[in-house]
Order: sequence, then structure tokens, then C-alpha cells
Amino acid sequence: MSDQFIDKEHRFAKIVSEQTFEDGRELSVLNFGPTHPSTHGVFQNILLMDGERILDADTTIGYIHRAFEKIAENRTFYQITPLTDRLNYCSSPINNMCWWMTVEKALGVEVPKRAQYMRVIVMELARITDHLICNGILGVDLGAYSPFLYVMKYRELAYEIYEEICGARMTTNMGRIGGFERDWSEAAWRKLDEFLEGFPKAWNELETAYLRNRIFMDRTIGVGAISAEKAMNYGFTGPNLRATGIDYDIRIAQPYSSYDDFDFNIPVGSGGDTYDRFCVRCGEVKESIKIIRQARENLPQGSYHADVPDYYLPPKEKVYTSMEELINHFKIVMGEIPVPVAEVYHSVEAANGELGMYLITDGSRTPFRLHFRRPCFVYYQAFPELIKGGMFSDAVATLSSINVIAGELDA
Amino acid sequence: MALETTDIQNRIIEKFADRVSDFRMEYDILTFEAAPEIAKEVIRYMKEDEVLRFNFLTDLCGVHYPDNDKEFQFAVVYLLHNWIDNVRVRIKSYIDADKVEIATVSDIFASANWMERETYDFYGIVFTGHPNMKRILNDNHMVVFPMRKEYPMEDSGRSDKDDRFFGRTTNNYQPK
Repeated sequence: MSDQFIDKEHRFAKIVSEQTFEDGRELSVLNFGPTHPSTHGVFQNILLMDGERILDADTTIGYIHRAFEKIAENRTFYQITPLTDRLNYCSSPINNMCWWMTVEKALGVEVPKRAQYMRVIVMELARITDHLICNGILGVDLGAYSPFLYVMKYRELAYEIYEEICGARMTTNMGRIGGFERDWSEAAWRKLDEFLEGFPKAWNELETAYLRNRIFMDRTIGVGAISAEKAMNYGFTGPNLRATGIDYDIRIAQPYSSYDDFDFNIPVGSGGDTYDRFCVRCGEVKESIKIIRQARENLPQGSYHADVPDYYLPPKEKVYTSMEELINHFKIVMGEIPVPVAEVYHSVEAANGELGMYLITDGSRTPFRLHFRRPCFVYYQAFPELIKGGMFSDAVATLSSINVIAGELDA
Repeated sequence: MALETTDIQNRIIEKFADRVSDFRMEYDILTFEAAPEIAKEVIRYMKEDEVLRFNFLTDLCGVHYPDNDKEFQFAVVYLLHNWIDNVRVRIKSYIDADKVEIATVSDIFASANWMERETYDFYGIVFTGHPNMKRILNDNHMVVFPMRKEYPMEDSGRSDKDDRFFGRTTNNYQPK
């Protein structure tokens, strides 16, 4: 029996070889991942199974660990944004904005209201694209492919908006210290309007396909549930926490980037199961639409970036014609910006929960220490707890509904 | 009634006297230092005390300060959050480089389990009493603790990023 193990030292090996049942059935071990299509990323779960039922699970992570924190200690501030893109790559703009806000807090840069509103729009857009992937894929894993495709069309449109804003689609590398690299084009605003017009209808189609669907409800209600106390103890944040009934949202608790100007609700669930997580995300998407509409309508006049020549790259045409701008450009590109000695923590409500960045600077061109508080990493450790006692197919549904993104998990 | 930072400070000092020190505001977060022997007790007290109620461990990470004295070369940074009064507190605990050990808090907050493993993986800080103290992101066979400052990321022979060529020392910040 034990020859099925690659690692004979594994704690499950002993359990399998020693356990005997009267009816002659045997326990088995199932290797779920690291390249299983329904793990949606590279991570391994070793499951101890009794027939179809999961008795215990052991998770192995780190398959795409890229040492971001070490790299960040050797890169200038502008070179760190591309690293943040690759944390939660389903909603890179949120990570980018969190990074800029952390840096701005350390440098003491005030961002104009207009840029803050633009950030809110792009962050909420990113939240929508993240949630639509999560909820869509949950359906796909349960055997309903089409609704995912209805909304996928709008992710494409959202990516086109990113493209208009910053030139990139997925790993966006968007923004600058103090705001955006350029004002948004006509096309960006037009496409945003198109998105606001068409997306809610598509989203309703997805929601109607799943929400009161008997098969979907049977597959998700009571599956992968966690209590509020346990969720808090395990460090849950974001939709997964709110599904248990706790209304903790950093946009409300510690508003950043003018979130206190907007009127929106925080959807909460009660059971903390897969169905509640799905519903909370559905609710959040609608609230995000509401926030984008408000920001679009009340967009203040003003500049799209802060007036900080020490940190903000000058316009390219001036770099070629004026000495002052050339110097600034060179200094910023080489990372020669004045940095105070500081220790800051800034967190935003990312699509998966509290994304925090803990930055220690010592006055040099690179961070002395940069730590990413990645929501996935913290709550994924509760996964064995969530799936214990359930069926294998429920583990797949649970895994998609907690929305673990390998990039964020492994950093 | 909101929990004031002075109240937090007084309450913790009252309980732990001179073993906690250096209370200060680092931007928006109250920060203080606790000796590694009592860090766990401080956290337990802050969680269970009926006034402080720091019920959520947001973050836990390590820092390496190679230029500090040997007794203070490593630090473990805890970030606690009281969700009821919405206050954050950061606790720093400096550890001796000769005895890189601190008690685990994973029995107080389950979320600390992986965060402590990550810290061990990066810095080699051993959390005593941890149920599964092994590497998490890096390979088990790795022999170094990569986030320690003595391990350079790039070829140390590179001179194109040398500070001297830009006419500056490490700290060139001049407040305006």
C-alpha cells in the first residue's frame, strides 16, 4: 500500500498503511494538483480519501514563488510596480494602486481629487473583472460553461479600457507616484460607458443562470462552510470573510482614495459556504458598478496627477527640450528620488481581501524591506479545514469559490 | 467609545512595565517594541483583554537589520487590528542573531501558522512551539535563508548600480 507514495515520510503514509476496516475497504491518497486543471493555478493538495470522502488534506504551495520581496529590495520604486502586477493577476490595477498609495504615504504626496476618483474607477473595474472570473469559473467547475462566456466578453472590454489607460491589458503596470501617466483618452471614457451600459445585463444573465438554479444550489449550499469565528481566526478578509457575516471592508473601515465620497453597500452572507461566497461576490459587482457610475458622474475637474516634479516623470517632449526636465527624468528613471526614512503600512480592499504593503525605507533608492500581506496566502491555509469531511467534487467547488490566485499565494 | 492610543499605551505599560518600550506613531499606526520573551504574552493579553480587544492578526513578517547590534539584528513584526474600535497596532520584537528564536503565536491566531513558516523560510527565525516549522515557499533542501541581507540577489561584481557613481551616500534625504 505504501508504495503509492513518492514521499514515504508523509504523515498520510502511516495512516493509510495502519488503518484497517472490517469490510476490507482501504483508505487512499489522491494527489490533486499541482497541474490539475481545476486547481486554476499551480499548487498541490494531497488528499487522504475514504472512497469519495476527504478525511484530511495537506497543501503544498510555492510552485511559482518568484522571490518578489527579495527582488523588491533591489529595485527602485518605479521598478516594483511590475512585480505587484503579478501578485493577483486577475486584478492587477488594484495591486498597482495599492503600491502607489503606499509609496505616496511614505513620501507624503497628496493626490488630486480627480486622480483619486480615476483610481477608484479603475480599482472597481478590476474588482469586477476579478469577481466575474471567480464566479464564472465556479460555474464552469460545476459543469455550466455558457454563463461564464456571457460575461467574458465584458472582461475583454474592461481590458480594452486598461489598454486605453496604460497600454497594457493584464499585467498593467499602471499609474505613477501621484496619479496616472496620462489623462484618460476619449476612447477610454467611451468604452467605460459602453461597459456600464452592457455589463449589468450580462451579469444579470449569469446571476439568473446560477442563483436559483437547483443543481447549482445543491452543489454549493453548505459546501465548504466556515464559521465567522474560525474565519477571523484564520485571517480571512474580503468576500470570503463577508460571506460568514462579518462586514469588515477596508473601503469603509479605513477609507483610502476618497472612498468615503461614495454611497455603496457591503453585501454580507450568513453561512460562510460556497453559495454565500458566490452571492457576496454578485452583490459586490453591483455595488462596484454603482461606485463607478458615481465616480463617473461626479468626476472633479483638475489634474490627473500630483504636482511633484521630484517623483512624477515630466512630459516626454519637455525632456528633449528643457534641461530641468531632462535632469528630473534621468533622476527618476535611475531611482534618484528623495526618500525619507519611513515605515508605513497601507492596505486596500483587493478583490480577495486585505492587500497590505509594509514598506520600510532607509533613505536609499530601494526599499529596505517590502512585505506584501497577500490575502490568498493567509486564508488558503484554512483550505484543509474547509474541505474535510466533504466529497472530492465539493473540494473543487470550494477551491474555485475562495478564489485562490497562485500568483498572490506564492508571491 | 473609540479606543485612544494613549489608553492602549497605558494599559500595556501597566501590565508589562519596562519590558515594552519605544511607543511611537509610525504614520498612522501605533508602534512599540516588546522583548521576544514576552511578545507572545503581549499578543495574548491584547487579544483577550476586554478593553483592548485586538481580535485580528493582520500581518506577521520578519526584518533583518544587519547593521544593528547582534542582540537586535532580526525583528518580527506583528500587525494587530481591533475590528470593534478599528485601531491598528504594530509590535516589533527584536531578536538576537545568535539565538534566532521566538515563541509561536499560531495557537492564539491560526492565521499565524503560515505567516510564521514564511518568516522562517525567509529569515531562519525559529518559532518555538509551532506545529509544523518547515519551509513553505522555498524548497525543503535549500540551505540558506534568502531574505537575509548577506545574500545578494545579483552578481556583486556589477558596478552599474553602485551608489558612488551617482554622487550619493546611502541616506541622502534632506527634509524641506
